[in-house]
Amino acid sequence: MKTYNIKLVALAICTSLLFVQCIDEDDNGNVIEQETCSDGIQNGDEEGVDCGGPDCEPCISGIDFTGTFVQEDVLGRPAVNTVFSGSGDVKDSFNTSVVSRRNDTILYPSNFQRTFEETLELYHDIYGDALGLELDYETNILGLDALDFTRLLANFDALQVAPNAPTTYFDGTNIFTGRTLGDDVIDISLTLMFGGTTGTRFDGNNGTPQLTTDGVDVGDRDLTLPFPYMEAPIAQ
Amino acid sequence: MMNKTKIIAAIGGLSFAALSVFLIAADHIDAPAVAGTKVDIADFYAFEGDNPNTTVFVATIQGPLEPGTVTENAVFDEDVIIEFNIDNTGDFVEDLVIQAVRRDSIMYFFGLSEVEPEDTGLSSNIYVNDGIGQVEISTTEETFISTTTSGISFFAGPRRDYFYFDFNRFNEVASGAAAPEGFFPPGQATDFFENLNVLAIIVEVPNFMLGEAPDHIGGSFGISGLPRAHNVWLSAKRKQ
Repeated sequence: MKTYNIKLVALAICTSLLFVQCIDEDDNGNVIEQETCSDGIQNGDEEGVDCGGPDCEPCISGIDFTGTFVQEDVLGRPAVNTVFSGSGDVKDSFNTSVVSRRNDTILYPSNFQRTFEETLELYHDIYGDALGLELDYETNILGLDALDFTRLLANFDALQVAPNAPTTYFDGTNIFTGRTLGDDVIDISLTLMFGGTTGTRFDGNNGTPQLTTDGVDVGDRDLTLPFPYMEAPIAQ
Repeated sequence: MMNKTKIIAAIGGLSFAALSVFLIAADHIDAPAVAGTKVDIADFYAFEGDNPNTTVFVATIQGPLEPGTVTENAVFDEDVIIEFNIDNTGDFVEDLVIQAVRRDSIMYFFGLSEVEPEDTGLSSNIYVNDGIGQVEISTTEETFISTTTSGISFFAGPRRDYFYFDFNRFNEVASGAAAPEGFFPPGQATDFFENLNVLAIIVEVPNFMLGEAPDHIGGSFGISGLPRAHNVWLSAKRKQ
C-alpha cells in the first residue's frame, strides 16, 4: 500500500512523471518487466515481499487478527437512538440489536417501534402542557403518520445511499439519498418530528414553539476539501 | 391535582432531564454501556464522492474530543473493529462489509467480499483473506492517505467534528425547561461541537464494487420517486 504524505504529493507526481519520461525515452528495445504480487521478491511499490503498495494485498503476515468481535454500538440514521429510545436500557438494547430483526418483540421485548412512538408523543405532551393544549404528533411532510414514521426509524435504521444520484439527507425535494458532511440532519429530523404536514407546524411563528430548527448551521467547517473531505483537527 | 397529560409531561420531563447527561446526538456518547469508551460511535456519513462513480463512507468515533492533548492522545483501540455494512438486496442484512482495525501505527482494511449468511449479525471475525488496503494513521500534525490501483482510498486519524447541534438547548427542550419557547433563534443558538474533534475512518469505494442497489425503502412507506439505494450502517465490535 502506497502511503502518501500530502506534503509530498507534488514531489511524488513530479517523480512519477520523470519515470514516465524515462520509459518513453527507453529506445533500447528492452522489455520492462512488470512487477507482480506473486514473484517472490519485493519490487515496485511493494512494502514487503509481494504485499503492500497500491497493487498488492496489505502486508499482514505475522500480525494477529484472530478473535471474535461482538457488536457494542451501531448507527444508521443520525440521532435516532439518542432522541427516541427514551432510557439508557433501551439505548443499550438498540445498540446491541441486529439491524434486520428490530421488529422482533420476542427477541427485543422493549419493542423499539412502540418506545419510539411513545417518546415522540411525550415530546408533544411537554409542549402541549406548557401551552395548555392537547398536542399530538401530526403526519409529517413525508406523509408518514406516527406509526409509519417510527417503524421506518426503528425497524429500518440505515442510511440509504443512492449510487447514481446526488447525496442529500433531505433538501426539500430529494430525500434519503445519503448524508453529506454538511447536511443539517438535526433540522431535518426536527422538521419530520414537529413540522406536521406543512413542515412549519411548530416553527416559532404565530405563537408556536420553535421546534423545527435548533438555530445552528455548519458554520465555518470547510465542505470543499478533496479526500479525506474533513478538516484537520482543531488545534488548541 | 394534575391531569393525565400533565402527569405524563412531568414524568417525561423528569426522565428526559435524568437522561440529559447522556444525550449527545447524533450518536455521540449516546448510551450508558458505551459512553466514553473507545467503541463509542459518534457519527456516520455516506455520500457521493468528488468522483460521482464512487461512494464515501465516514465513521467518526470517540467524540467529542477536546483540542490539544486529548485529541493528540486519542487512539484507535486494537481490540475494536469498525464495520461499514452494506445491504444491496433490500433486506437490511449486510451483504458486504468493510472492516477497519488498527495494528500499531497502521489501519488495516478487510472485506468487500460477499458475507456468508452465518457471518451476518452481531459477531464477526476479521476477513484476513480479503485484505483490501492499509493506511498509516494520521496525527494532529500530518495527514496520510492511500489509494489502491483498484481505486479505493483510505484515511484514519483525528479530524474536526462535522456534527453541529445546539446540544445544551436540546436538553432544555427535551426536559421541558425550554417550554414553550423551544430552540433559540440563529445568533443566540450555540453549536456545541463547533471546536471539537473526533477520530475518523474514511473509505472511498468505486460504486461497481458495491453491487446493484435495491429499491429504496422509502417506497415501501409510500414515498414515491426515490432512486435505488443501498442500505448502509456502521457497527463497532469488541474482541471477546
